[in-house]
Amino acid sequence: MISQSIIEIKQLYYRYEKDTVLENINLTVPNGSFLAIVGPNGSGKSTLLKLILGLLKPQQGEIRLFGQEMNKFKDWQQIGYVSQKANSFNTGFPATVYEVVSSGLTKKLGLFRFLKKEDTQKVYDALEAVGMRKFSNRNIGELSGGQQQRVFIARALVSEPKLLILDEPTVGVDAENVNAFYHMLADLNKKRGITLLLVTHDIGTISDKVTHVACLNKHLHFHGDTNEFEKHKSEGMSEFYGMDVHLLAHQHDHGGVLK
Amino acid sequence: MIQGIFQYEFLQNAFLTGILIGFLAPLLGVFIVVRRLSLIADALSHVTLAGIAASLLLEKYFISLSGLNPLYLGMVFSVGGSLFIEKLRGVYKHYQELAIPIILSGGIGLGVIFISLADGFNTDLYSYLFGSVSAVSRIDLWVILVISIVVVITIILLYKELFLLSFDEEHAKASGIAAKSIHFIFIIMVALVIAASMRIVGIMLVSSLMTLPVAASIRIAKGFKQTIFLSIIFGEIAVLGGLFTSYYLDLAPGGTIVMIAVAILVLTIVFKKFMIKTQISQGGAAG
Repeated sequence: MISQSIIEIKQLYYRYEKDTVLENINLTVPNGSFLAIVGPNGSGKSTLLKLILGLLKPQQGEIRLFGQEMNKFKDWQQIGYVSQKANSFNTGFPATVYEVVSSGLTKKLGLFRFLKKEDTQKVYDALEAVGMRKFSNRNIGELSGGQQQRVFIARALVSEPKLLILDEPTVGVDAENVNAFYHMLADLNKKRGITLLLVTHDIGTISDKVTHVACLNKHLHFHGDTNEFEKHKSEGMSEFYGMDVHLLAHQHDHGGVLK
Repeated sequence: MIQGIFQYEFLQNAFLTGILIGFLAPLLGVFIVVRRLSLIADALSHVTLAGIAASLLLEKYFISLSGLNPLYLGMVFSVGGSLFIEKLRGVYKHYQELAIPIILSGGIGLGVIFISLADGFNTDLYSYLFGSVSAVSRIDLWVILVISIVVVITIILLYKELFLLSFDEEHAKASGIAAKSIHFIFIIMVALVIAASMRIVGIMLVSSLMTLPVAASIRIAKGFKQTIFLSIIFGEIAVLGGLFTSYYLDLAPGGTIVMIAVAILVLTIVFKKFMIKTQISQGGAAG
């Protein structure tokens, strides 16, 4: 049975010592959606991702992945994760793009097993999906930040996950390429049916690409489809984000950049 | 002339061992260099020295141990040292490189005490420090052959995991790979190869055979497999070239091997500079 919602979070709380980082979080990520979680620094975005990835244990509340309770969930191959740190690797590392992407199959293949012909095909497919096929024989260090980030997404895609989680994937991407980058993600979502969960600062650029938006600042303030989000955004955004946040005019029609 | 060399058993031993070491040291060296652990080889070689000195000391006081090959105790110390390094890396989480000087100086300290107890330097010890063609016995060759087979099979079987661990340790751990165990197996292999290599290049120069060929190949290789391949080629050129040259010119083999490795490194750096220049001028012409 395939459950309709990929992630279900109910009444989740998380505290670091005395600081409550997440309070009463309720979130449902339907199959096939493209959800962006936006919020200022220190809003608990990364903590929430870590909880979803099982790297942290919640003090209270429930997380279900693919319909299964977190502590019973075993099928981590279904989830691909691209961390914010992906672009802080050793750029002098002598590996080709192909080698980096095929390393995404390591766990799936298991110990003492070698890449087969169909695995090679999977690597090229994943590279195709992020538009990096023609770079497969280049050394990873020769690429730009945005291209490297695409390669890391391909590495996550190669094990064919149903859910892809990205933590601020545009950190190392040049401003002029951010739009194309999100376009590529939207394509993955639409054409390949991969559910995407993305944590980011740039709401302005993404709001026309994603299907759902959630705003996080300790509480999950808003959760709905993008039309609703547009309405709310103009009304009470700063209220969600606290004092140090303002919306700036931005060249995209959809509005604002959070600073 | 080459035929002459192979008439003597000790030279056969030296050359065959050299071929094995010229393969093994750069093979493991690639993983060491890309993980920025180059100094581990230095630390472990000094611990090996302590083991060899201990063995020579034991030989002196216990006649029954007089046939003991110092290589064995050297290996025991080297593996022990590698385990200590791992332990210390855990203790000093934020200063992981601190483990290396601790083990290195500990190894020398212990070695010097054993040497003084055994009444100081002798030719035997000298040959361990700087390598010697005549010191390699048939038994050494067999031991090193067994180590080579074990290491090569392990690397082939764990290649995927070792690659991922080297490229992105964080990701390796997050994706549920037994990173700790694999790293552990790897470091023990390094310890064994270091102990095995010292017969030829000597303790002082072992680490150079693990790092110099890799430093050269990393400049010009495309991808990881090619880096390994070129490192091994460079390693073999250095070892075989060094053994021949040192035999005919009566030089210390360890030093000669290392200087050939340095020459290869310089050549690749010059070659790369030249390549970039021609690329730029070609690009300029095209644009």
